[in-house]
This record gives sequence, C-alpha cells and structure tokens, in this order.
Amino acid sequence: MQARKKYVLLGLCACCWLVLFYWGGGVQLRLLRLLTRQRGEVVRPWPNWTDRAFLPRYAHLDELQTDPGTAESPRQRRQAWSAIYKDSRCRMETCFDFSRCRRRGREGFRVYIYPSEKNDHVSESYRKILTSIAESRYYTSDPREACLFVLGIDTLDRDQLSGQFVPNVDERIRGYPLWNDGRNHLIFNLYSGTWPNYTEDLGFNIGQAILAKASLNTEHFRPGFDVSIPLFSKDHPQKGGERGWLVRNTIPPRRKYLLMFKGKRYLTGIGSDTRNALHHIHNGKDIVSLTTCRHGKDWEKHKDARCDHDNLEYERFDYQELLHNSTFCLVPRGRRLGSFRFLESLQAACIPVLLSNGWELPFSDVIQWNQAVIEGDERLLLQVPSTVRAVGNERVLALRQRTQMLWEAYFSSVDKIVLTTLEIIKDRVFSHISRNKYMWNSLPGGLLVLPEYSTHLAHFPFYYLGLGISPGQEFTAVIHAVSPLVSQSQPIMKLLQVVSKSKYCSQPGPDNIRLYIARFTVVFLSQTTSRFLPHVAIETEAVLSLDEDTVLLTSEVNFAFLVWRSFPERIVGYPPRSHFWDPLKRAWGYTSKWTNDYSIILTGAAFYHRYYHYLFSHYLPQSLRTLVDRTSNCEDILMNFLVSAVTHLPPIKVAQRKQYKELPSPQGTKSVPWANPEHFNQRQECVNTFANWFGYMPLVHSQFRLDPVLFKDQVSVLRKKYKDLERA
Amino acid sequence: MYPSGKYSSRGPALIPRMKTKHRIYYITLFSVVLLGLIATGMFQFWPHSIESTADWTLDKRSVHDAPLVRLPVSSPIPERGDLSCRMHTCFDVYRCGYNPKNRIKVYIYPLQRFVDDLGVPISSTGLSREYNDLLSAISDSDFYTDDVTRACLFIPSIDVLNQNSLRIRETAQALAMLPRWDKGMNHLLFNMLPGGPPDYNTALDVPRDRALLAGGGFSTWTYRQGYDVSIPVYSPLSADVELPERQPGPRRYFILSSQTAIHREYRAELERLKEENGEALLLLDKCSNLSQGAASARKRCYKGQVYDYPQILQESSFCVVLRGARLGQAALSDVLQAGCVPVILADSYILPFSEVLDWKRASVVIPEEKLSEMYTILKSIPHRQVEEMQRQARWFWEAYFSSMKAIGLTTLQIINDRIYPYAARTYEQWNNPPVVKWSSVNSPLFLPLIPPRAPGFTAVVLTYDRVESLFRVITEISKVPSLAKLLVVWNNQNKSPPEESLWPKIGVPLKVVRTKENKLSNRFFPYDEIETEAVLAIDDDIIMLTSDELQFGYEYFNYLYTYKMPGDIKNWVDAHMNCEDIAMNFLVANITGKAPIKVTPRKKFKCPECTAIDGLSLDQTHMVERSECINKFASVFGTMPLKVVEHRADPVLYKDDFPEKLKSFPNIGSL
Repeated sequence: MQARKKYVLLGLCACCWLVLFYWGGGVQLRLLRLLTRQRGEVVRPWPNWTDRAFLPRYAHLDELQTDPGTAESPRQRRQAWSAIYKDSRCRMETCFDFSRCRRRGREGFRVYIYPSEKNDHVSESYRKILTSIAESRYYTSDPREACLFVLGIDTLDRDQLSGQFVPNVDERIRGYPLWNDGRNHLIFNLYSGTWPNYTEDLGFNIGQAILAKASLNTEHFRPGFDVSIPLFSKDHPQKGGERGWLVRNTIPPRRKYLLMFKGKRYLTGIGSDTRNALHHIHNGKDIVSLTTCRHGKDWEKHKDARCDHDNLEYERFDYQELLHNSTFCLVPRGRRLGSFRFLESLQAACIPVLLSNGWELPFSDVIQWNQAVIEGDERLLLQVPSTVRAVGNERVLALRQRTQMLWEAYFSSVDKIVLTTLEIIKDRVFSHISRNKYMWNSLPGGLLVLPEYSTHLAHFPFYYLGLGISPGQEFTAVIHAVSPLVSQSQPIMKLLQVVSKSKYCSQPGPDNIRLYIARFTVVFLSQTTSRFLPHVAIETEAVLSLDEDTVLLTSEVNFAFLVWRSFPERIVGYPPRSHFWDPLKRAWGYTSKWTNDYSIILTGAAFYHRYYHYLFSHYLPQSLRTLVDRTSNCEDILMNFLVSAVTHLPPIKVAQRKQYKELPSPQGTKSVPWANPEHFNQRQECVNTFANWFGYMPLVHSQFRLDPVLFKDQVSVLRKKYKDLERA
Repeated sequence: MYPSGKYSSRGPALIPRMKTKHRIYYITLFSVVLLGLIATGMFQFWPHSIESTADWTLDKRSVHDAPLVRLPVSSPIPERGDLSCRMHTCFDVYRCGYNPKNRIKVYIYPLQRFVDDLGVPISSTGLSREYNDLLSAISDSDFYTDDVTRACLFIPSIDVLNQNSLRIRETAQALAMLPRWDKGMNHLLFNMLPGGPPDYNTALDVPRDRALLAGGGFSTWTYRQGYDVSIPVYSPLSADVELPERQPGPRRYFILSSQTAIHREYRAELERLKEENGEALLLLDKCSNLSQGAASARKRCYKGQVYDYPQILQESSFCVVLRGARLGQAALSDVLQAGCVPVILADSYILPFSEVLDWKRASVVIPEEKLSEMYTILKSIPHRQVEEMQRQARWFWEAYFSSMKAIGLTTLQIINDRIYPYAARTYEQWNNPPVVKWSSVNSPLFLPLIPPRAPGFTAVVLTYDRVESLFRVITEISKVPSLAKLLVVWNNQNKSPPEESLWPKIGVPLKVVRTKENKLSNRFFPYDEIETEAVLAIDDDIIMLTSDELQFGYEYFNYLYTYKMPGDIKNWVDAHMNCEDIAMNFLVANITGKAPIKVTPRKKFKCPECTAIDGLSLDQTHMVERSECINKFASVFGTMPLKVVEHRADPVLYKDDFPEKLKSFPNIGSL
C-alpha cells in the first residue's frame, strides 16, 4: 500500500520537474551560460511568440480567392481611365490609340513624318533624326496607315535663348488635322527650359504625345510611356558610327588614373551644388578632378578665390588623354541632368560614375544600367573615391565590357538612338511579341533581335553559351536552283545524293527531296533574295545553303556541320573571298584570288543559323534587296555583310576546298553567270553600296581555316576520320 | 511506467523487511525532489539579477503580453504619401553610410498593441501570422540590427498587410507615434491587400508621409518607380499544399481559368473562347453545392464536376490571372507554384518585383482589351518556349514567392541594390534558375574583341635548369615577328640563372623571373611584365606557334588561374608537379564554354635531342597521373567543361598547291 503511494508520489514529482524543466524553456541554455559565464549573444530580438501558431491569417482564403468585385464593367472602367489619366499621367493604355497600329497585323507599326514647311529651319541633329526614320523599315508616307506620327517642326532645342528655338509651335500643331491632342505622336527633344531654372517645360503643350527627351527627370517621366534618350552632339554620325575604344583587355584592368573629371564649375544657379564641390576629391595623383570657372560671358564677375588656381591646374591636363587613361569617369549633372560626357565616357570604355540625382537614364526601360555604370549620389560625393576603389577587378572588367556593348548596340549613331526609341515603343504596342531584358542587354543587342521571328532565346544563334545549351544535331539543306530539271544526270541530282547521305541531314528520304525541289524551284525562279526567305520548311537551326551546281563530298558536309556547331553565330563554309581597300579608287574592292586571308564565305556551300534568313528578309532595307534581285547577284556578299555586322567577327572557312563548282566545259552552250566579267564588276559595286548602307565596313578578315585534326598528318589514313578530305 | 529505473529495481525487495530504513529512504527521496524543484525554480527567476537582458523573457512571451499604447484622439496624422518621392528626395542615405559589406541595416520596432482612446485596437486582427513570419525572417537575416542608431531602414511592427482589418486614421496615428518616424523617412511598410470598397485604391490608403511601401497590387499611377517595391500577394495555400515540381511539357488543358470571382463581362468572353476552342480550355468556377469555408477554397467546379484546387493548375499549360477589384491576385502565386504559365490580364498592373525580375520569360501579359485574342496569341508561342516559361515560373515561385521570408528578403535585397548600386545583383543572378547558372557561361570578358596585330604576344617560358634547350627555344621564338616580349620563369631555387652575357641576343626585351618555390602553377601567374593580351606558354622543351586570332584575353585566365581556380586544384598541381596545362584548359573551357583551338599539325613538339631523363613529360607515371588529373578536376568543377572538337586551325593556304613564297606562314608543317 505504502509502496504504491510512494511510487505515485515519486512519479508525480518527476512529472512536475519535467514539466517545469520544459515549460521553463531554455533552462539548459541558461545553465550552460551560467556555467561558461558568458553573456549570451542576443540571438533574435523578434521574439518567438509562444502563441505564434495561433495567430490569425492576414486574410482568409475566401477573402483572397473571392474577389469583392466591382459593379463597374471593365469596359466602362477603361473608358473612364482615358478621361482621367491624361497629360502628365499618360500611360499607353490611356493615351495611345492601339487600333491605329493594328491595320496589318504585326506589320502595323508604321511611322509617318509631317512634311516640313519651306521656311522652317531644321537643325542638323533633327534632320538626322528625320532621315533615320525615313530610311527605317517602319517609315510610311501615308498618314492613314501610320501608327506613330513625328513632327516636321524641329523641337530639339526648346531653350528660348537659343538660336534654334522655333516659336509658335503651339498654334501650328493645333492646326494639324491629325494632331488629336497629341495622341500617337512622338516628340523628340534634347534641351528644355532655360536659364536659370532649366525646367522640363517645352514651351508648348504636348498633350498626350510620347516624349523622347534627353535629361529627363524621374519626376516628370511617365513610366512606360515616355522614352529617355541620351544627349548627343550635332556631330554625332548618322550611321555606323565609331567603334568603342576598347580593343584589348588589360589585366589588372586599372588604368593610369582611377577617376577623372574635367569640366565647368558653376558658381551659381542650378547644378552648382554638385559642380562646385567636385574639386574636393582631386588629389592630383590617381584622382583628377579639374574644374574651371572660365565659361560664359561674365565669369569674372562671379569669380571666387579658387578660380585662378583652378584655371591653371585645368590647363595642365588634356581631356582626351584623361578619357583614354582613366578607369572611371565622373559624369556629374550640368545645368541639365544629362551631359555629352555620358556618351563620351561610354565610348571610351571609361566607366561612368553618375552624379545626377533624379536622372532617368537613357532607354532605362530596357537597359540594365547598373551593369555598365556606377550610379553615385550627389549627396555622397565624398564617398565616391572609396566606392570606386572598392570595385573589384572582375567587376571593372565586366562593367567596361558592358559600356562597349551598349555603346555599339544603341548609342554610336543617331540611327541607332532613333531606332532604339522606335523599337521600345513598338515593344510596348505589341507587348506580347516583344524582347525580354536578356535580349536587350546581351550581345548583339536588341536592335538585331527581331521578336517577330521568335521570343524564345534558344531560337537565336547568340545565346547558346549564356543558356548553357548547344544547337541541334540536324541541318536543313537549301539548294538554290535556277535551271529546270530535265535529266537525272544534272549536277543537282548528284548534290542531292551527297547531301542526303549525311547523317545530320534532317530531310527524310530521296522521295521527299524531289518533292522539295519541285516546290522550291518555282519559288526560287522569281527572285535572287528568295533563297534567304525564312521558309517554314526550315525547322532546324542549321541551314546548309547550296547552289545547284555545287560539288561537295558527304564528309565535307559533315565536317563543316560539326565546326558550325562550335560557332553557331557565324557563317561556316568552303569558298572564301576577300575584300580590300583600294586607295587609288578610294573605294572597296572585291577579290576572288587565293589570298592569305579572307572575309567572305560564299553561300554556295555554307552553314549558318536560320535566324539569318529572317534577318536578311526583314532587317535589311527593301532597297538593298531590290538591288540584289535586279542584278541577280551579290546576295552572298550581302549575307556576309549582315552576319559580320551582327557578330563583329569574320566567317570561318573549313578545309581545303576552294573550287566548289565544276568548271564550265568550253563547248558548253549555257553561259555561267559568274564567268562573266560584268558579274564581277557588279560585285565590286555591291560591296561599296552595302558598306554605304551599313555606314561602315562590317567585314572582318581572318587568316585561319579549320581542318580536321589529323589533316595531312604523317599518320595512317585509317586513323583519320575524314579520309576523303585528304584527297580533295 | 516506472519513473526512475534505479529505485524501482531496488525498492520492492527492501520494503517489507526494513521499515525504518524505508522511512529514511522515503524522506531522502522527497528532499531530493524538493531540492530539484527549488533549484529549477531558482533558475527560473534568478537570472534576472544576473543578466539584465530582455531577450530571455521575450522568447517565451505571448503576443498579448506586448505593451499597450493608447493613442490620444488628437495625436498627429501623417501626410498622405507623396507621389513624387524618389530615393534621392525622400530617403536619407546618410543613415546607411558606406560599409564594406554593402549591406543595409534594418531595425524592427518592438511589438506594441495600439488602442484608441476608448481602448479599441487599431486593427481587428493585430499581428498576423504572415507578418510575424516576415519579421522573424528579417530578424534572422544578416540585414538585421538591434541598434537603432545604426539602422538605415526601419520596419514598424504594426501589421498593415491587409487594409480591410485596419482603422485607417488610427493606424496612421500609430505610425506617427513611432519614436524614429521622422516624417516616415527610411521606414518600410508591407502591404498586400490595399484599398477598400468601393473604388479599391491600388496603394495602401493609410497616410504614411514619406515611408517606402512594399505593396501588392500597385498600378502604374500609384507605384513610385525606384522607390516603392511591388511585392506579390502571398497565398497561404502554398504553405498548406505541397505541389511537387512537374516536368515541363504539354499538359492536358491548354488554358485554365480557375478564379472564382471573375467579372461577368470577362466570364462571357471566356465562355465564348471555350465555345470556339472546346476541350483545350477549362473554365472553372466556385462549387455551388459546397458549404463555405476552407473546403470550398480548395475545390473548383465545372458543370457539376469537382476539381481539386490548386492541384488542377498542374494540368494546364497556361493559367489565366485576371484582375478583380484589386490588381494583385493571390492566384498568381498558386499558378506559379503549379508551374503553369500565368497569362496576366490586368492593365497598368506593376508585376511583383518587376524592378529585377524579367516577367517576359515566365509569363504572358495581354492587355485586357485583347482577351478575345488570347487563344491565338498563346498558340503562336513555340512549344520549347512554353516549357522554358513553365520552368521559369516554377523557379520564380520557389525563389521569390514561396514564403513570407522569400518575399521579405527579396524586398530588402532590392532596396539594398538601390542604395549600393555598384554591388547590385546582376540580371543573371536574379533571373537565371540554378540549372542555367551551372551550365551557362558568364564571363566578364564577353565582348568578341579582335586584338590589334601591333601589340603582339608575350612568350612565357617555364624552365628548371635545361639551359641549352632553353636557349634554343629562345632563339627560335625570337624569329617570330609578332613577339613583343619574352619572359623566362626560372623555377629553380638552388641554381641561379646564367649570366646576362651568356643569353642569346634577341631583338625583343627578355626578362627573367625567379620564383620562390618550384611550382608548376608559376607558369600561369599574372606577372606584371605581361603587357600584351596574348600569351604564349611554352615549356623549355617545346617549340610551338600561336594563332593570329585570339578571341579571349589569355592574360585574364592567368589572373583567374591564380586567384579564382578552385583551391584544391592549385594545390594538387603544385604537389604533383604535373597537369598544370590540363588545369588551365579546364579553366578556360569553363569560363568561355568553348573548346581550345589547336593550331597547325605539329605533333612532335618535343625537341628530339632532349633525353628522357630530364624531360618531365616523358616519364611513364606521368601519363597515368595525367588521366587521374582529369578525373580529379572534373569532380572539382562539378561538370566536364572540356569539349571535344574535330577541327584545328591552319593558315588559309596551308598545304595548298600554291607558290610557297606568297603564303604568310610557309614554314609551318616543315618540322
């Protein structure tokens, strides 16, 4: 009896003790702390509430799933919006008439330019902008099919003190029958406001027009509606444009100076806060920050104690030299937020350090600027030196590469700036067929990526590495045939057999191939450029382009294809040609001689990505394609121009074969076009016409060709994979 | 059953015989237990006198223990949010300061319960479970600081996630009462359900001065770009339901609409689409016969057929997310979790985390007007892209939507990136799922530069003591016109290099670098002397030529080899005196994603006179060791970055039937 009592008591006590132990919580911990005599770290000040499991949800599931709903119909709401959200609150949904762009499906994006009046003075820069639009593939001369309208009146300089200020804009645009309170209009502007405040005011009411403006302030920027453009000088080239100055990578990537600035110091007025402080960070060694007060008419009136000394120091350094030899360049605000300095340092691969609070950076919708510039804060000027010192070598390299990429993709010419503006607006209009940020921010840049072709990254030749994938295992052969099929002994039949024997060729059987010819011949007879049409039958990434009389071996086809898979963004093929600069004629020359280098691979036997078909047909202007069709010539040169312009790299020649066509038999009655000297002269002309359109010579020379690894080596033929190539 | 093993084994045997002994035993036992109790009790209350920290008691506190604060009726109300606020106007950067880790410091106010004059709380729910999760996640992260003076960002503990449960005016007063409020400067509020009937504002209606708002359901008119953060509306379902990741690919339904409260105008439109396209569309609605409550939230019906929600989402390729009264919908989170591509129809909606996430890769945004064209638009998307989007959608959910912790920390990271833009995460870091990050190549040298011919290349010769062979190499190399500099790495510490007069006379600068240790990795050290971009690395017993076109800065790889190579590989190489070249190939392949280029047909690149004794590469064990190397390196890199190609580079006219004197490189292949 007693024993039972005892056990019950004992059990009770133990239970009590255990409960106390656990309920007390953390006794062990405290014991430990007490023993080690250490004051415990404050682990988590946000307490682990004992009743946290009983806390209410922030919202009931029902509340989240069953939306309260509004009585208002969505259609009414949208209509009400366009009445409310106007002018400074404009958005594409409310201030843009999408129906104007829908006329012909995706082709609907057309831009109309108002004719300028006789007595209008149009500045150099604005003329360039208008030319760019007029030459672009979006231009239309018919206002009825236009989706976007651009004024003929020069609105670039809206500073009333400027000589290029155009008065009475307000009255004139109201007179336009199509103005419609600015709906679907695009207004370009570089300078707004005037001394002393330099406001964002343009001096006329832009209404619901889209503003493409330099030095835009985030406060006035209508997100998703306006476009911020860079400030460019009137000498900015129309086309092509200079390349970036980075030609080699130095490791470690530091240049002579760490940080540089050379420019005006404002003693009074807007922007003087920042400019007046810049001299503080100058240390004369690796940080050079030079300011002068000698600018404007009456600078001596405001002159302060520093001026004379500063002016002396200012003369000691050359701006261009600093630009070339500095790792970082300060780009502080001037009177307005943007400055020429920005583009200058971008081109010079001198990483811009921005001190311009509230500046909506150029094309900020699409460009990831934090990967190319250092965004400083005007308030933290004195921290800038330590900030840029702390930027690691690897990041400096990456930033510098990005400056060059952006410069060449979007800023090096007026053409690119204007086209980028249009493409951004077009992406908004057709938002579901638009480029993603990756396309905009990686090589070769958004302008060369046409979303109508595909919005899928893996469909383009440029992104394989970045996505960690490799191109497909098959190719499609496109044979350009002009002569009718009469006999089975024609070279084209031989070629078909050769190609279809390749294990990578995706066309199924010889029967199908015959069918294909039948269809293709009809198509191809009409025009020369149609060989590069993005035909639906081409489903593989690789395209093998052939002429009907090409002579190739199956192993040559296989080898070339394997090489192409390593270089999917380039043309890989057999017959090389070269271009050269002829100083006597002051023109480009074209040669088919065997030389030590080459820059063109003829498309009579070449692999390339099928995306280039699309680019060829939709990116190049109609004028060039007409030229090719008219002369039935040069289409291969144009393709090489295009691919080199995209990649900045030469094509790749594989293996030894140079002669890829059977020589015409002397007694043959049929004349071969390329044997004609006229044909050759045309090609010379073509090279020059194309270079003219691109604005520079995109072709690049290369000195090497790729052979199979054991090619012509002193080893047994049995060990070689491509035996046939040895004999060719 | 027995409370103590020790006593139970002895007890029963002793009891009947010794009564007094038993009593003593009984008393001892009792006192031991009592002592234990007292000791435990002491521990409970004693520490107060030893350590005066509050955290001990905080750990076991209930929410209801939080101090009560009474708001006077007349206490100030903050101004409405200023739409023109930007980081440079409304945010005090001086608070954040410059710090080497580039991390902002976040302070969380201790929990208080605010009541108005009459004692009615300002919020009907008080602290919600989600907000508590969010705050504890932040306090566990390395953003957190408990030092209010060092904080850069302040997070009030007043829960404003759901505006419906708030009393607007009193909440605003409570905010203004916070000790560091200072016109809301650097304060961050989290809100997921903004607005109230009838017009449902798209931002929190509580006046909040300059405070930053992390809000779900911003429209482009209320969102202050670069200041506010758009966050998702958290779906509590994601915590309750586990949806395993499904392989991307075509699914049973093409388009699925699972929201229950769709405006009838839209529903009519969807019905019409379904009529046109039949089975490809599944239009679900609330189940009419089920009772209200949690069960009905997990079920959807179509013509009497019941489907499980959110499981049904996994059966569809695309899922419609339409706006309701609010722009932000919790359904978006469910849809992403199911790996279904969201089709978002909500004009002017600022998508969650749109500042950093590229939604075009994970969703389809269609203007509400074009709802009728939805089917054609979606059909035009290629299959491979849909799969890619499904993968991306699921990954977005895992990384940024799945928990309050993910949402909170992503928000802080975005603000952190604004304050320290030079240390911001890159597009790839934000948007590439880990699979892509592993397989893809992301080098800081991505620009295809063709180096100018003029600077030439630097030859780096690694030597130990084979002076004759070395001199022959030097003479041979110096004949190459594009050589700019010769660097000899003298890898022998016991022997000094020969005197200057003994070296062969060559036309380019020659420099000898003596190393401190005989290590093969010394070859790839980025010596300051290397000024050209191209580097020709040669052993003292090798004669080789370089190609004219180098796509990548070799110099950079030297730098990487020394500073970025996984540590154990470098040590391995130094220990075994072998494989440094293989390691280099691994590194370059890993960085560029490309195969190296073999130049010209030279196979026998060892000088014939070299004896087998001192030639390192001729050792028998050497080859075995080299195979070992490859296996070892592949395991360290995690993948096999080396690529096999079947081509090599030759000069254009190599072995052509062509006059030799017209060729640029006539001597190649003659050795």
